[in-house]
Amino acid sequence: MAELMQDRVEKLKDLDVFVYHGKIYIPNTYTAGAVGSRFLIEIRDNKKIMGTRCSTCDVVYVPARSVCKHCFSQLDKWVEVSDKGTLLTYTVAGQSNGVQPVDPPIIYGIVQLDGASTGMVHMLSEVDFEKLAIGMRVRAVFAEKRVGSILDIKYFAPL
Amino acid sequence: MGNRVAIVGIGQTYHKSNRKDVTQPEMVAEAVRAALTDAQMKPKDVEAVFTSNMETFEGMYLPDHMMVDEVGAFMKPGLKVNTGGTTGASVVEEGFHFVASGLFDTALVIGFEKQDCGDTTAAITAAVTPVWGKGVATGAIGEFAKQALTYMQKTGAKEEHAAMIRLKADKGACKNPYAHLKLGLKSIEEVLNSGYLVWPLRLLDFCPQSVGACALILASEHKAKKITKKPVWIADVVTVHQEPFRAGSFGDPTGTEEYSQDIAAERLYKRNGITNPTKDICMAEIYEPSNWEEMSHYEHYHFCEKNEGWKMVEKGITEMEGAFPVNPSGGVIATNPIGATPTIRVAEAALQVRGDAGEHQVTRDVHTAMATALGGPNWTVVTLLKRSL
Ligand SMILES: [Zn+2]
Repeated sequence: MAELMQDRVEKLKDLDVFVYHGKIYIPNTYTAGAVGSRFLIEIRDNKKIMGTRCSTCDVVYVPARSVCKHCFSQLDKWVEVSDKGTLLTYTVAGQSNGVQPVDPPIIYGIVQLDGASTGMVHMLSEVDFEKLAIGMRVRAVFAEKRVGSILDIKYFAPL
Repeated sequence: MGNRVAIVGIGQTYHKSNRKDVTQPEMVAEAVRAALTDAQMKPKDVEAVFTSNMETFEGMYLPDHMMVDEVGAFMKPGLKVNTGGTTGASVVEEGFHFVASGLFDTALVIGFEKQDCGDTTAAITAAVTPVWGKGVATGAIGEFAKQALTYMQKTGAKEEHAAMIRLKADKGACKNPYAHLKLGLKSIEEVLNSGYLVWPLRLLDFCPQSVGACALILASEHKAKKITKKPVWIADVVTVHQEPFRAGSFGDPTGTEEYSQDIAAERLYKRNGITNPTKDICMAEIYEPSNWEEMSHYEHYHFCEKNEGWKMVEKGITEMEGAFPVNPSGGVIATNPIGATPTIRVAEAALQVRGDAGEHQVTRDVHTAMATALGGPNWTVVTLLKRSL
């Protein structure tokens, strides 16, 4: 079967094939929801990072979510977690891409804040690349002008 | 349990980075034609057609809607499925469920991807919520670099081990007429000399963007026995999923969360009386976009003890001639037409069970084989195939 199909391509070698270029543009509008918004408001107004706690499973979700993934409980218990935490893993992007919020090189990391059970995906900065390591202790650096976005945490920096 | 279901026809296209000679429907038609030829069936013998691919990877919505005629689905029932990277296995599961239910006696299931039409990384970065993942999407390479880094630090695996896996994959790919990258690698030094994409992931540590399609024909027990002398029975399919970080991470790059692979494998083994996976199962075709991921999956599928995946490759256990061959086809690191990739895993595992894999048929007799699929947010599908039930 493979030979047969390859023959067909050989025959097409000198044939002109038309190729058309295009682009699709799809705008979107997402809500953070009431729970997500409260999480963002605490950061914006008080520089506090809050999680939601499932007392059945003893799990604290950061960013806050409304449902426990283990027991499906509706979560309504808010707890403040530390602005300091541990780097669980990271990668460095060296190439720019339209969706990135800052210029490369960008260090993406997953940080588990003290008091949280979950990792949180964000960026790192002020880092000496040589010292970058899993397990590194970091703290949240808040943006000066905060608008109610996950980027109100500007980045995480080494402790 | 439902009725018994067998794979009775297997077809795939050859794979390249680019196919300007065929449209998407024409490319998919090649795989369908190959599967029908393999089963010695006509399109009219197929009752329902199920398709799968990665919505938006072709730079358009519903790329499947225009290929109804070419895939032999004209005026037939069927569905399209998309579960992310696992989609090509989910479509096999979908066909399996329908035939097992007794609603259809025959079903054609298709996975396809024509990545030369779109921009896969752009599409992947659109698979995160703008609320939590705003701008923190790295595409596939960054995600698998994180996984590699965590694996290396946690287990003590060295870049040399990843290179051994790459060499093994290339050996298989060179023997597989349908594989995409056939590099003819001679030594691990060649792998270790390729440049870093994102440390510690090198160019040769990562899969290519392939275009291609794979089609399988499934049949109920009484039909299967009429169609072929070598039915390959689908003993079981298990799907497990979660999204740990709300930002579109692939799997769990931190090693701290519960892995869906562990849960899926444990469930599959328990349901099918498998107590010693590498003994009870004869070989596996796993979804490994990078060589690092392959070593990690050995552990998550319980092919070895935790933190010892790299030892399996060091000992040659997973080579084509080894005690438990993994990816003799060359695997995903050689050929990755994403929506078709998990279908190819099932197809290649089925060819091994039939003894029809040709030059890349493994040394060990394969009466039972496992195919796995990995998808974006920690989604796993595992399929168990048997020569007899
Ligand atoms: Zn709970």
